[in-house]
Amino acid sequence: MKKIILMRMAVMVGLIGLSAHALAENVQSLRGAALEENSTDAIVMQYQKDEEPIPRDYLQQPPLIPHQIAGYQVTIKHNKCLSCHSWSNYKAKGATKISQTHFENRDGAVMSNVSARRYFCSQCHVPQVDAEPLVENTFEPVDAMRH
Amino acid sequence: MAKKGIPLSVLIIGVILGILFWGGFNWSLELTNTEEFCISCHEMRDNVYVEYKDTIHYNNRTGVRATCPDCHVPREWVYKIRRKIQATNELYHKVLGTIDTREKFEAKRLELARHEWDRMKENDSRECRNCHNYDYMDYPSQGRRAMDNHIRGFDNSLTCIDCHKGVAHELPDMYKDDASAVILKH
Repeated sequence: MKKIILMRMAVMVGLIGLSAHALAENVQSLRGAALEENSTDAIVMQYQKDEEPIPRDYLQQPPLIPHQIAGYQVTIKHNKCLSCHSWSNYKAKGATKISQTHFENRDGAVMSNVSARRYFCSQCHVPQVDAEPLVENTFEPVDAMRH
Repeated sequence: MAKKGIPLSVLIIGVILGILFWGGFNWSLELTNTEEFCISCHEMRDNVYVEYKDTIHYNNRTGVRATCPDCHVPREWVYKIRRKIQATNELYHKVLGTIDTREKFEAKRLELARHEWDRMKENDSRECRNCHNYDYMDYPSQGRRAMDNHIRGFDNSLTCIDCHKGVAHELPDMYKDDASAVILKH
């Protein structure tokens, strides 16, 4: 009886090992190295310096940030982005103003200032580096959004 | 005939004592002018110093650093001594424990920040200008936003601190300064 249990266990261990090996062979890693190998050196990218506003590719796309944002504080006490992009500051600073959708809370009520759920800008808006896409993408904007 | 004037030996002793006292005074003054000294108190080490470590004056591409006294203590002697005398008040509050917890510090943050902002505004950001002098700024090599805002700012006789608040530390609750840039408290 003991022998049978031992044999079964050995077979199971062998099977698990085999399937793990097979999985590893089929998985393609975006890192560029095989799964069991160490990562290749990270490529350091520079964020783009001040550019003109980047056109959207689809209607609901949060506009991309065409400048560096290193060191910008966004806390409950202060939001560096809003010191240029808020409705009261954008004209003087020549910046894009935030959309009025940012004043709505989750119940759809319009608030007197930016809603807390839209306050942390970089949850949706991101600065850009000049990088090749990691995977090929054939997405095309609809005609109405073409620029 | 009695000799007139000070005997040579007294003069030499005087000069030596002078060097010792003056040297000792300056030496101990400079000891209090180091980052090490500043963060020997937990009030500085656990609050402002931690925040500063994430900023460009601590960590940057060229490895040039501005430590606490570079910004907070004037370099010119007269201004330095005046600031050092003012700083004795900080010793008093250290003993009182005015900001000895995070909560107490946060409650005082705006007031303390205002002291520094006012000092910088009054002296035309003198401590910034020890390193950053706008006479030597090459505007075209700055970003477009930086160039536009620097030229506009200097034309309107603004000084560094008018815009560059919170470059080295977390900003206090800025509701009074710019209500649009904070979450309104309902």
